[in-house]
Amino acid sequence: MIPYSKKVIEHFRHPHNQGMIKDADAIGEAGNPRCGDMMKIYLKIKDNIIKDVKFETLGCAAAIAVSSALTDRVNGSTLAKVKKIKKEDIVKDLGGLPLIKIHCSMLALEALHKAITNYNNK
Amino acid sequence: MKIYLDYSATTPVDKSVVKAMFPYYSNKFGNPSSLHSFGQEAVKGVDRAREQIAWLLNCQANEIVFTSGATESDNLAIKGLIKALLKKDKNKKYHIITSAIEHSAVLETCAELEREGIEVTYLPVGKNGLIDINGLKKSIKNNTVLISIMYANSEVGCIEPINDIGKIINKINEKRLKEWKNISPKSRGDKPHEIYFHTDAVQAINYVNCDVKYNFIDLLSLSGHKIYGPKGIGVLYVRSGVPLSALQLGGHHENNIRSGTLNVPGIVGLGSAASLINKSNHVNINKIIAGRRDRLVVGIIKNIPEVILNTDRSISTPSHAHFSFLGVEGESILISLDLEGIAVSTGSACASGSLKPSHVLLAMGIKEEVAHSSIRFTLGKNTTIGEIDKVIKILPPIIKRLRSMAP
Repeated sequence: MIPYSKKVIEHFRHPHNQGMIKDADAIGEAGNPRCGDMMKIYLKIKDNIIKDVKFETLGCAAAIAVSSALTDRVNGSTLAKVKKIKKEDIVKDLGGLPLIKIHCSMLALEALHKAITNYNNK
Repeated sequence: MKIYLDYSATTPVDKSVVKAMFPYYSNKFGNPSSLHSFGQEAVKGVDRAREQIAWLLNCQANEIVFTSGATESDNLAIKGLIKALLKKDKNKKYHIITSAIEHSAVLETCAELEREGIEVTYLPVGKNGLIDINGLKKSIKNNTVLISIMYANSEVGCIEPINDIGKIINKINEKRLKEWKNISPKSRGDKPHEIYFHTDAVQAINYVNCDVKYNFIDLLSLSGHKIYGPKGIGVLYVRSGVPLSALQLGGHHENNIRSGTLNVPGIVGLGSAASLINKSNHVNINKIIAGRRDRLVVGIIKNIPEVILNTDRSISTPSHAHFSFLGVEGESILISLDLEGIAVSTGSACASGSLKPSHVLLAMGIKEEVAHSSIRFTLGKNTTIGEIDKVIKILPPIIKRLRSMAP
């Protein structure tokens, strides 16, 4: 039926870390509603370690799944490690993505990187 | 049970159509170009189908050209006409009028001709998707040779004023001819060229009058699989006398207009599907489908906030209900519904191969972010009230969940 992997559908149906953090230490946003996708990532950081992460996403099933998979990867990780995450890693975590959907994974990373930049600039 | 609400994408082949096609695969397998009895048996099937379609369109059987589908029909109508006219005078700069909401088969064909030096006017549409008749009149020029306007739009369902357009074109053609006849034969030169009228009637044929004489149509595209017939077969109606050059060569089939061995089972199926259309009883059939569509519209508007109905029901086919669910992306609605066994479609870019939302919605003045939130429901003759009620029940929590995830 859908050209999505089972993992994408799983994440889309039951996304991990979905929501917001009221007293987040850093927030990053990417995309805009005109292009159909919008992502917001909230981070709770202590001693350069991500203690909690949440996301909010307006977008297609892939965008939601990518957000969910990315937050899984960064939760509990060091900032140095998180900076090294590539879009290919997320695509791999999801058991592949249709080619046209790869930009969704870039958007999620963009939101994450913006959050970290915002944190470092604080 | 799965629920199919994407009849505008394709329809199931009617069981009686399958039955009609079946003998033409293995038993009556002959090539209609063959003179022997096997070939002539196939010819009988093809001839009958030609008659059935001619009955539906109110034309002559020899005005029906079989193609691989409406995309080919659209290409053949537009490029074939221009090619034929350029054969007479290759230096002439011809002008085509079409609309901004045509199928890409028309738009991309026109764009290609534009690159080759043909002038093209793309008429804008109003909020409801309709072209403005006065705007069309004003855009007609001395070098206009073709007006191609779709009958009913596949996305939102709006029905264009085909009869009015046909009448306008006919009047201009008659007037030009009369004026020419009044000039003395010595000084009047060649007969003035006509303006030809093409319509892509793929989405209209189930629901509205596609009588080519009544509507003054010169070229009409239709497709088998949108009318409960098979895929891979279509028709271009070519009024006798309309110049048309072949685009594919090599077999002299279809009066030299469309070479290629005839798809006999497909043709038989298309003819059979055409014969099922109750053209004298459109009103009553439309009422039943519109009743179900309206039940869906009311149910959705009542149970879901922040919804825009993009289909203007007063001027549209009874099958269409096109919505924007603000603050949700269309593809994620489509996937959520599909996981529940409900099939719909979306005008969002995320479901297409490009990053742009539907050109039809943008032409109607719908903002990009609203176009991204769109979902098209299209009903068919098999759609039941029970199915509609199930959709009304399943959809609201889906929209609620997706909205709750948005920033």
